[in-house]
Amino acid sequence: MATQTSQSLGGLGQSVKRKEDVRFIQGKGNYIEDIYLPGMIYGAFVRSPFAHALIKGIDSSAALEVEGVLAVVTAKELAEHNLAWMPTFAGDTQAVLAGDRVLFQGQEVAFVVATSQYTAADGVERVEVDYEELAPVVDPHKSLEMPVIRTDKEDQKDNLIFKWDAGDREATDRIFNEAEVVVSQHTEYQRVHPAPLETCGCVANHDPVTGHTVIYMTSQAPHAHRTVFALVAGHVGLEEHKTRVVAPDIGGGFGNKVPIYPGYVLATVASVLIGKPVKWIETRTENLQSTGFARDYHTTTELAASKDGRIRAMRVRTLADHGAFNAQANPSKWPAGLYSICTGSYDMEAAHVEVNAVYTNKAPGGVAYRCSFRVTEAAYVIERAVDLLARELDMDPVELRRKNFIPKEKFPYRSPTGWVYDSGDYHAAMDKALKIAGYDELRKEQAEKRARGELMGIGISSFTEIAGAGPRKQFDILGLSMNDGAEIRVHPTGTVTARLGVKSQGQGHETTFAQIIAEELGIPSEKIIVEEGDTDTAPYGLGTYGSRSTPVAGGATVLAARRIREKARRIAAHLLEVSVEDVEWKDYQFQVKGVPDKAKTMAEVAFAAYTNVPDGEEMGLETTFYYDPPNFTFPFGTYICVVDIDPGTGEFKIRRFIAVDDAGTIINPMVAEGQVHGGLAEGLAIATMQEIRFDEQGNLLNSSFADYLLPTAVETPDWELGKTVTPSPHHPIGAKGIGESANVGSPQAIVNAVVDALSHLGVTHIDMPITPWKIWQVIQEKGV
Amino acid sequence: MSTHTVTLTVNGQEHTAQVESRLLLTHLIRDVLRLTGTHFGCDTTNCGACTVLLDGAAVKSCTLFAVQANGKSITTVEGMAQNGGLHPLQAAFREHHGLQCGFCTPGMLLSALDFLKKNPDPTEEEIRWGISGNLCRCTGYLSIVKAIKAAAKEMAAGGK
Repeated sequence: MATQTSQSLGGLGQSVKRKEDVRFIQGKGNYIEDIYLPGMIYGAFVRSPFAHALIKGIDSSAALEVEGVLAVVTAKELAEHNLAWMPTFAGDTQAVLAGDRVLFQGQEVAFVVATSQYTAADGVERVEVDYEELAPVVDPHKSLEMPVIRTDKEDQKDNLIFKWDAGDREATDRIFNEAEVVVSQHTEYQRVHPAPLETCGCVANHDPVTGHTVIYMTSQAPHAHRTVFALVAGHVGLEEHKTRVVAPDIGGGFGNKVPIYPGYVLATVASVLIGKPVKWIETRTENLQSTGFARDYHTTTELAASKDGRIRAMRVRTLADHGAFNAQANPSKWPAGLYSICTGSYDMEAAHVEVNAVYTNKAPGGVAYRCSFRVTEAAYVIERAVDLLARELDMDPVELRRKNFIPKEKFPYRSPTGWVYDSGDYHAAMDKALKIAGYDELRKEQAEKRARGELMGIGISSFTEIAGAGPRKQFDILGLSMNDGAEIRVHPTGTVTARLGVKSQGQGHETTFAQIIAEELGIPSEKIIVEEGDTDTAPYGLGTYGSRSTPVAGGATVLAARRIREKARRIAAHLLEVSVEDVEWKDYQFQVKGVPDKAKTMAEVAFAAYTNVPDGEEMGLETTFYYDPPNFTFPFGTYICVVDIDPGTGEFKIRRFIAVDDAGTIINPMVAEGQVHGGLAEGLAIATMQEIRFDEQGNLLNSSFADYLLPTAVETPDWELGKTVTPSPHHPIGAKGIGESANVGSPQAIVNAVVDALSHLGVTHIDMPITPWKIWQVIQEKGV
Repeated sequence: MSTHTVTLTVNGQEHTAQVESRLLLTHLIRDVLRLTGTHFGCDTTNCGACTVLLDGAAVKSCTLFAVQANGKSITTVEGMAQNGGLHPLQAAFREHHGLQCGFCTPGMLLSALDFLKKNPDPTEEEIRWGISGNLCRCTGYLSIVKAIKAAAKEMAAGGK
């Protein structure tokens, strides 16, 4: 047999074509809406037209007269079963259906069940709800002065959700008091919505005879969702052993499909009550108006520095708008997530960060939109502030960054807010990006253009990401450890079925996790099937978000495979008739040391594991491993954006975008590049288009893709990628995760570029989303 | 609600269905014919996930009533592969990583198919405009553009 190589196996570092594509390109994916069960009926919501109102009464009689409408469920019915409220992952409570009051526009008020989705919509139109409008709290900055929104919570005396801080306040203040230079900037990181192309949905099927319930749902975290269902509704029969949550193919998640939504609960309740499968699929408007938004962080950032450009301290004061229910999905002990990573790539003496979170009459959320729990907001404030400081000091932003980077030899590095960065080489990534960009030439070109009155800008972002939540001592969601399991079964004929607790939403897990196993076991990746998303078969895990699949489930997969290899080695020794110590794993097979001809492949060993097991050994070749990561991983990179602005119209074009990423060991370069491309496009979207806007009455102003803008292929530039590789020292294969870096790193590169183009006019900041209209106004104001 | 008899050809096969006036073409294709490769993404004709070919031209099927397709011929993603082989566009999307979650992919493929018929040898810039009616949230478009470019070459060489 020819010697196996990583390439022949489709192992680590190979651009293996994706297994999942075969079904997707032929229209054979199986998304939530593609699930049709015999006798299935449909549910749809009556939603509040007001942001804040009392509900004086609900009259369902006209709806129930519509032929085909089977039931109208309100909070009253839910309350009879003690199901009117549910916990959020943030430990708050959220109304499943509004009871005596509605707290945001679009809030779920009643659930109409009917024989078809068209009939359900007819029913929704005929439910009469009597509202008495109340003044809404829309502006988070005024929330604390306004009457209490959450009157359901006895202890709630104002609209404050939490006050949180990290770092050393006194040391930071001391440095600011004596600092030679201080810069300060207020930034509004606008409310955005992840808007995956597939909306959320659910098909619940309760079997009244067996008492078992299958819930198909758009879930990034099927196990966590089942546990919460059992905790909340175990008393009505949804116990964990009788409930199976299945996440089918998911049409993009980006954090939107992490929380539990009332639709999932209502479809399940309706199925239990009526005894038929119930389907609920959100419309796009419902998706934008009611499910997990992201960001909405309003921040004043200050840097203290010496005159020669040494950053000494950082002070961050943030007001966070969480909407009517605190439904963010952060690790429970970390109300502001990992936001204290905000000192970024820079070595400084002290930092202090404070977040006050408030309720408003808006949709609940605060999800981690392609982001590891507020790291996107953190990277934005530091990278904007560093640019401001460069301007203040009249230094090149590259030079200032270089001067303050955490030097390579200082890793592992303890940040002033307590994180221990595992590894990094920031100068290398910066150098590579500058080289690809041709930075010096670009600056020359900019100077020449400026002299001619043309507007061109160059923006830099040298971000540090934090991924892979997380070590279970400190990281849990509602008490559930943020660890993940991997199960590997090697079959007698040498093929493999592997199951994971995470859940791909397009990341390509079926391909990349097979590559990890191929590399570890010497079995070709095409002989390995990876399954996810079914709580009846997959080992427990907290799911896919926060770039945690590769750092956490990837670790579990490697260590499960190595545990299998240990047993396989003993069986190989038995087959080779030598002692275990004389067998080594080399060239993807077991060899007798020094005698490469005497060898057994993993497939031969697998067969023996079921047919010829040595005495004292269990038969079979399978295991499950739960991985508790010892630390986070810290991917990083430098991004450079070049923009040209039309001074007449304010229109701008991203001429070039260079992204150099370091995510440690790369499993599949093609897939990794795809992840970066996608993250960059979403960063572009946030920097220039996406914004969930409200009027003073709390009416959502952009509830469709006609006005909640997303970039098309035309606005999206050719991405120019590069990479450096600094493996994580603690991850079993040195991988760090790449799914979110580009979204964490890119928005501020674009903002910095636009501000740079206008900096000679005295412009120091423009809030996102940066639109031609905003730029045009700035240009008019500056009298160009 | 009045109903109508609709007869149409989908992927070469004739179907007749009794439909409500208000039934959208997407729902006829999905719920009645059970061809679930055509996706519903936005309700407002913006995203293009529901794109099919109607008498050879790309249309967003969420913006047509089923009755408007009466007597017409429709191609969905399920009808792209011919004689047991993938269409060059399908193969190129896989080869060049032109998809991730796969939700936009059927619509993107059909828009590209229609576009390449009109412009068999496009520049990358023309491709970008050609698919600007289809949104993708995963790929950042670059790999889709490359896939379409490669497919155009393949189709020219294969005379498709």
